[in-house]
Amino acid sequence: MKGAAAFGAFAGTGMPHIWMKNTDLAVAANGEIKVGVLFSLTGTTAIIEESLNKATILAIEEINAAGGINGMKIVPIVEDPASDPATFSEKARKLVVGDKCVSVFGSYTSASRKAVLPVFERQNNLYWYPTLYEGRECSKNVIYTGAVPNQQQDDFVPWLIKKFGPKFYLIGSNYIYPKEENNYCKKLLEKHGGQVVAEEYVPLGHSEFSSVINKMRSSQPNVIFSTVVGDSVVALHRQYRAAGLDPEKMPMASLTTSENEVAAMGGEAAAGHFTSAPYFMVHKSPENEKFVAAYQKRWGADKVTHFVSESCYFQTYLFKQAVEKLAVSDISPNAIRDAVKGAETIAPQGKVRIEPANLHSWLWPKIAQAKSNGQFEILVESPEWRKPLPYAAYPGQECTEKGLVTN
Amino acid sequence: MDQFVQQVVTGLSIGSILLLVALGLSIIYGSMGIINLAHGEFVMLGAYAAWMFQQFFGLGLFASLVPIFLVVAAFGWFIERYVLSFLNNRPLDTILATWGVGIILQQAVRLLVGGELRYVQMPSSLADSTNLLGVPVSAYRIFLFIAAVALFGLTWLLMNRTTIGMKLRAIVQDRSISASFGIDARRIYSLTFAYGAGLAGLAGALVSPLKSVSPEMGTGYVVDSFMVVVLGGVQSLAGTVFSSFILGEVSGVVAFLQNDTVAKALVLLAIIVLIRFRPDGLFTARIRA
Repeated sequence: MKGAAAFGAFAGTGMPHIWMKNTDLAVAANGEIKVGVLFSLTGTTAIIEESLNKATILAIEEINAAGGINGMKIVPIVEDPASDPATFSEKARKLVVGDKCVSVFGSYTSASRKAVLPVFERQNNLYWYPTLYEGRECSKNVIYTGAVPNQQQDDFVPWLIKKFGPKFYLIGSNYIYPKEENNYCKKLLEKHGGQVVAEEYVPLGHSEFSSVINKMRSSQPNVIFSTVVGDSVVALHRQYRAAGLDPEKMPMASLTTSENEVAAMGGEAAAGHFTSAPYFMVHKSPENEKFVAAYQKRWGADKVTHFVSESCYFQTYLFKQAVEKLAVSDISPNAIRDAVKGAETIAPQGKVRIEPANLHSWLWPKIAQAKSNGQFEILVESPEWRKPLPYAAYPGQECTEKGLVTN
Repeated sequence: MDQFVQQVVTGLSIGSILLLVALGLSIIYGSMGIINLAHGEFVMLGAYAAWMFQQFFGLGLFASLVPIFLVVAAFGWFIERYVLSFLNNRPLDTILATWGVGIILQQAVRLLVGGELRYVQMPSSLADSTNLLGVPVSAYRIFLFIAAVALFGLTWLLMNRTTIGMKLRAIVQDRSISASFGIDARRIYSLTFAYGAGLAGLAGALVSPLKSVSPEMGTGYVVDSFMVVVLGGVQSLAGTVFSSFILGEVSGVVAFLQNDTVAKALVLLAIIVLIRFRPDGLFTARIRA
């Protein structure tokens, strides 16, 4: 009986839908476009992923307030993957298969990106990944808007050697990202006449650095090259300062210390150390002033923006640009990917572009020094944007439009 | 020689932090037999209390130590009174209940004050390093060492030189006989749990200037604390002290010679092997079972 009633209703009102192709696949129905937002709100990496969620939501709200995309509203479906790769994969499937999202913005750690990758490749959907990462990936179902090793290190390492000396102490958290970054760093050191005095990895979440600091004291490197992540960064900086080491003689040069971590460790522990990234909160540009003001107005005046939340923000605008070019009936993950190839936007860091061949982003490398007021001072700005080379550490391999090519 | 002294001092410092964090657990586990999986969250509450006193009342770390102890102790008292006292002699249920309390606390903190890392300022008088036996040592780490030893001394006095301590020891020996002598076991248990929780809170506040403050920070501490207590032997305060410093020195030296990943694995392996042969830990207090 119920079935017959439903059929009646369908016949009465739903008839025209029969003639629309792929009714149940329509991703832009009723003037709405559904996207997934997949950042952890609980668990260990929630500390940082919460800010990524906030930056993404801010951009979506701004776009909707300005009239949406061709009159359609973006509807964010927020899921909490709880910092757990298995949950990431499960929630990604839910967003793609269940909610029929046309794209998903998500992930901070490489582990979580690797976990959701099979879902997006099998369902042929699109994942927007905002984090700086180790490269060595060439998926056609991911848009990478964070920096890869060549964009963070090509300027940084020679500059450090020239300014402080050739002896590097490599310290990182014990997982794939720091190892790949150090792998590239060692190649650059070899090329520019530097040397590695130690290469060491501490467990994730480690907070007792006294023995590491003793080793730094006895091996006397010129630079401590740090890819320690998360709350360990805070512990390392605070204990380095408490132990009386001097950033002027033995500075830490980091790829992972952002305004977010500096706020937690306190300006006095961060002061004097260096970070290389495409974006800093103090960067002077009208787009950045607007971004920072909007972010603080929406989420609180004490909040900071940083190099991952900035990517979250501009990648949402790139998504908008891509969808804008498409007719409503054509909106699909594949069409969005093709539309975003070569797309450009003025991001807070400067003009960025999605490289058509590898779907990574052209970005503006910068080197900055932390100040005791909790902000950075930008010392070196690359005069030109830098091409993303996700396989820079692996000569003979290249990510092209057809996929990974090995020469 | 300098390097040797440096390493010994480092080990002492790591050990003193372990002692600080494990002391509260040792009291609760040792005297009440409660496996308190929310211990790490009490540590976390202490760190957040330090942050709040600093943020909203402008109090420095030293000034807020006593209020922090009282706040977290009151919280522990509440948990004992309204959750754990209903689960007497049901150790498995107690484990589950404290685990649940821990999860609730983590999420409550996240919902109330947000998930980001928080900053607790180090007292400026202790921010630098000084020379000790010819090696540079962080002044704050020396202070932590003194604080750990002082808190241990205080706890020892409380257990062995006060009426409450005597009553507690009597209950540990035999609850029903002590009850027949007019000792109010429920009240003593509540007070003991509150004291243990307060100690955990103090530990959290004291380590927060060296480490980071986040809703999940307790997880690491509860594991460390259990390693200390299991190695030292349940019901032995002296055992807790010795095992803290043994673990501190061993992990410090291995981390120096190898790295922290190896140190963590080796220490855990050593403890497993040891409790295989000495299930009661290194130091066993003699009690009537």
